[in-house]
Parts: sequence; structure tokens; C-alpha cells
Amino acid sequence: MARKLSMKMAINEAIDQEMARDPSVIMMGEDIVGGAGCKGEEDAWGGVLGVTKGLYAKHGARLLDTPLSESAYVGAAIGAAACGMRPIAELMFIDFMGVCFDQIYNQAAKFRYMFGGKAETPVVIRAMVGAGFRAAAQHSQMLTPVFTHIPGLKVVCPSTPYDTKGLLIQSIRDNDPVIFCEHKSLYAVEGDVPESSYAIPLGEANVVREGKHCSIVTYGLMVHRALDAAATLAKEGVEVEIVDLRTLSPLDMDTVLDSVTKTGRLVCVDEANPRCNIGADIAAQVCMQAFGALKAQIEQVSPPHTPVPFSPTLEDLYIPSAGQVADAVRRTLKGGKH
Amino acid sequence: MGTITPIVMPKWGLSMQEGTVNAWLVDVGTQITVGMPILDVETDKIANAVEAPDAGLLRRRVATEGEVFPVKALLGVLADKDVSEADIDAFVANFVVPAADADDAADAAPAYQYIDVDGLRIRYARRGAAQGTPVLFIHGFGGDLDNWLFNIDAIGDKHPVIAIDLPGHGQSAVKLPGTSLQALADFVGRFMAVIDVPQAHLVGHSVGGAIAAQMVLSQPQRVASLSLIGSAGFGPEINTGYTDGFTRAASRRELKPVLELLFKDPSLVSRQMIDDVLKYKRLDGVTELLTALGTGLFEGGRQVAQPGLALAGASKPVLMMWGKDDQIVPVGHTAHAPPGATVEVFDGVGHMAQMERAGDVNRLILRHVGD
Repeated sequence: MARKLSMKMAINEAIDQEMARDPSVIMMGEDIVGGAGCKGEEDAWGGVLGVTKGLYAKHGARLLDTPLSESAYVGAAIGAAACGMRPIAELMFIDFMGVCFDQIYNQAAKFRYMFGGKAETPVVIRAMVGAGFRAAAQHSQMLTPVFTHIPGLKVVCPSTPYDTKGLLIQSIRDNDPVIFCEHKSLYAVEGDVPESSYAIPLGEANVVREGKHCSIVTYGLMVHRALDAAATLAKEGVEVEIVDLRTLSPLDMDTVLDSVTKTGRLVCVDEANPRCNIGADIAAQVCMQAFGALKAQIEQVSPPHTPVPFSPTLEDLYIPSAGQVADAVRRTLKGGKH
Repeated sequence: MGTITPIVMPKWGLSMQEGTVNAWLVDVGTQITVGMPILDVETDKIANAVEAPDAGLLRRRVATEGEVFPVKALLGVLADKDVSEADIDAFVANFVVPAADADDAADAAPAYQYIDVDGLRIRYARRGAAQGTPVLFIHGFGGDLDNWLFNIDAIGDKHPVIAIDLPGHGQSAVKLPGTSLQALADFVGRFMAVIDVPQAHLVGHSVGGAIAAQMVLSQPQRVASLSLIGSAGFGPEINTGYTDGFTRAASRRELKPVLELLFKDPSLVSRQMIDDVLKYKRLDGVTELLTALGTGLFEGGRQVAQPGLALAGASKPVLMMWGKDDQIVPVGHTAHAPPGATVEVFDGVGHMAQMERAGDVNRLILRHVGD
């Protein structure tokens, strides 16, 4: 039975159901129970924003509060995964990946390849991504391209509570390391979520809106900006198609190419910094694989190539807006052959 | 003053709140006959034609193409020649859209209900008229009660209606009482007992039709009549390419061509329809369940049980409706209809006559069960 659930509670329910289903699922993170040294159950934090609240009462010691040392517990989670557990490590902010990066890109991502396919590392590293939280340059980044660059890592960034639950369940069941990126500005967004467990395959994009004039390819919070832009453009008689990538690695280029082949126009919207981001990769691949289908220049909407500003006014200007997305669509519609 | 008949936004399916008027199919001044398609409406689930509720002259197009209107909003006006333009203006101006789901008690009830039947949580809808023998809708393999979105309210105007999500389907529990027609028929009988319905007019689609036919054989007291659409159970042939493909498909890309087999016009398969089926199929256990059910019902690529062939002498009125271009169960099975059955074959229709030719199907069912 479906009912409304916030993205935050969809994450909680996915972890809860997988822990109940599979005893090898464990969780580690800072303050995910009660803060190191606290009694846990009574004064539970449930993580920095309360995502795991209530899980300790149900699953007890399978949730481990860790010291403030990402390098230690992310390494421990990866080691546990290599030994047959299915750990979920919660990293609070993706910005903190730097201190535990060797464990991720040089160890977890490599095991399957370097041990001839005999080693599996079924670890999920969950982290909040994105700007808009007034948390300044060190807690606001959209670092997704850093991880899609590395073979051996799967990268997920959902836009709805329904997708979040199904993709997180699949990520936990997946036998490879998954970087699960949760946009903090979407935590409170509600949507229909079935009570039962379900898994959405990794590497499958979703066409969230059909249209014939222009394709917008995006993910995460930007899906909602694209939908807002589409509503504006519809009043001008422009029907855009929106592809929500959902999984950034592996990437569902088939769905992107189908859409661009149909519309002939492409706007890539990516909250990550513009150099070498997901949108730039999509644009390059479309040029190589479907150049003949393009009727006009590809447009890219991304923030400026700067750290996320601390000033609220500047931060709001930094994040791509629905207006910028709509303008990009109008530019590509004006350009090229008619 | 002559009669003025409003044409209003229909309610297709329990969740429909509003629809977009895609196109008018007739001009002002056209003489309309009952059942004539007069405009195309699209909801988030499906696009279909709105059929004329009554005969009359189309005097006014109220709805503009491309605009969105709530259910029961005024879209157009039928009126006799002698009705003045001023009277029509007044009718349009004074038309009040009934508040959604507030006009009668049945509509105010929740769209869906859940009940425990033999330990399985079953979703169903119960609506429509308060008095009379209920009409019970039974969907087919992989379907759910939303397959009846064009039928529930139309039949509900005259009769109490019930639509079930079979076990392992829709939003009922992902568990089967068994994989035979007999087990499913027994279960539907138990469901009727639990919701306190001693007897119903059964409307079955595909495998749902075979279940209904099986119920006539094993629990005739529960069956007032049978209305069957593209029904299984009347011969061995079945397109297991469809049932296997439906079971296997894990993505939109794989599922779309499979669902397109259901309809004569494949463009009826909307993005939302594919999405809804995928959401069901992704639930834990559904693929395994459909595999088991497919094996139980269609072992070796043929229908294992054919209860329809034993209906002769069962003395239940049978209405059999079939799309001529059904790609799942062949229309030739109408040759096995029991003596005395009413058989209707629709040109240009596939396996989903209740959606593809909803107006005709509804009229035939109403005539069959007695208006």
C-alpha cells in the first residue's frame, strides 16, 4: 500500500526493511545512534538530520556509533564488506570524502578487478550532497562527478522518495560499492511510497515527463527545477522531455539517446561544478553517438565554477534555477536548423 | 424550453481528479447519437474518447482544447434547435461543478479498502448504488482493479460494484493461495464471503474470466451471471510470449513492447501505465510469484484448465465480449461459447475491450445484468 513519505523517511524505511530481511546488513556512522559515549536508545540522534532515528531500537548493536574518524569507519565498512557483511556507512556530508578517499577509490573500487572477480565489496556509502542548506563551501558540494570518474564505483542520486527507497534497497543488495548521494534539500519532499520492499535496478533512467521539442537530462534536485521550467515552457507551447538519470554510474545512455533522437535538442542540467561534470559527459557522448539527430547546439546549465558561497543571497544565485533552465531551452530552440 | 443536456468531464478510475481536453471530435451543429465519440480527453493514466451521454444537437463547445478541467466540469452542451442561445448562455453560466466526490454517500467512501482474507491482505474497491446484486470485477494475469477504470463508475451508476486486486496482484499481498484456476476461484468465493456478498454478477477479463467460469462450476450459488472479456478458459491457446514477457520485463524498455500487445492501438500504452506496472513488478517476490502463476496456468504454453468448455447446462446467463484483434487469447475461442450465450466481437479492438471500447462494453454489461 502506498502512502506519502518524505525522502528522509524513505531512506529510514529502506534501511529498516533490509536490516530485517538480511542479518548481514549493518550500519556505521557518526551519531547515527546516540553519539559516541551516549546510551544511544534514550537520546538517539539518528544521524545529523535524524535519518536513522528509531532504527537502533529495532536492530540494536547492528548500528554502530563511530568516532569522528571517517578514514577509520569507512575503511572498517569496506573491510567488513570484503569479509561478507553488507555495511552501510553514513558519511554525513559528501564533502568529508577527502579524508577516506584511499579506502574508497584505491581499495573498494579495485578489489573486484584486482582479485580476478573473486572479491566482492557490497558496501553502501551514504552521504548528503548539494547546496541550499546555508552550510557554506565545505558542506554543500555536489561531488557526484568525482565518483563517476572511478571505475568500480556505482553512483546513485535520486530525486523522489519512491526512487530513493527502491534505489537504496537495490544499492544494499548490490555486490559492488555504491556511493548513495542524498540531496539534503529534498529530505522533506514527500511522495507516494509503497510499504512493501521493492528494488529499482541501478543504471536505469526514468523519463519523468514526455515532450517532443527538447530533452532535459538531469538528476537530483535539478529534476524539480526542470519540472518547474517545463511547466513554464508548456504555457509557451514548448513541450520538453525530462530524463532523470537516477543512477550516474552506470549511466543509462540508451534512454538519453532515445530521447535526444526524438526531440533533436538537449539541455544538460547539473548541480555539480561545470568542468567535467555529468552534464558535460552526457553532452560529449550525445555528440559522439547521436550528432546527426541534433538540430541545434547543446545547452548546459550548471552553477558557476566557484565554491558554494556562504552568503544566502549568493548561494541562491549559485544554484541553477528553473528560469535558467527555461532560458537554456529557449536558446537551443532558437539555434540550429529549423 | 427544450431539453439541455450537459457533457461533463468523466471520472475514469478511482484516482482521477481532472483531465485535459485534447481535441473536439465534432463541430457545433452536429446531430449527436448516443455513444458517439465527441471529444478526446487525457488523464495522467490514459487518453480516451468521451462518448455522448444522450442524443442531441451539439450547441456549444464550452471546453477549450488543451485545457484542464476537474471531473464533472461542463465541457459542452447538447440542446434542441428551439433552445435559444440566451438559454444556453444561462445554463453555462449557472452550471455548478459538483465538489469532487461529495455528491453522494458512496463517492465519499474511500476509493480503496483493505481486508484480510485467509491471512492475505486484499485491496478492493466498493462503490456505486446501495441496492441490488453487486457486480464484481475480476482482472487478469498481472492486472489490477485499475484495469476497470472506465467501467467501475459507469456500472456503479446502476448497481453496487466491487473490484478486487487478486492475491499477488495490484496492491494485495504478494502471495498466492495456489496457482490453479480452482485455487483462485475458491479464494474469490472466500473474499465474497468475508465482505458478506452472497451472490454477484461476475465480470471477468482474461484469466479473471476463467476464474469466473470456474466459480460457476464449483460455487454456482455465488454467481448471478457471467460477463467475460477476452476470456481465458475457453480453449488451449494462449500467447505465453505475452505472459512470459510480462513476467520477465524489468525495465520500461522491455515492458513497453509487451504491454503494446494488449491493445490494437499501441499508443494507448502511456508512460504512466508502464510506470504503474513497473512499480508493481518491482515489489519483492512479484517476479517469482508471476513465474509460478504462469507455470500453474499455462504449463507447456497452453491453458491448463478450460472451465469455459463445461459451462453448457450451467444455466447462468453468459455475455462474451472479444476484440477481433486480440493478440493474447484468440477471438476464435468465441466458437466455444456455451449455447445461449450472447457473443459480441469488436472490430479494431485488442485484448483490453473494457478500455478500448469502454462505452460498448459498459452498455452490454448493463443490459446483461439488467438496468
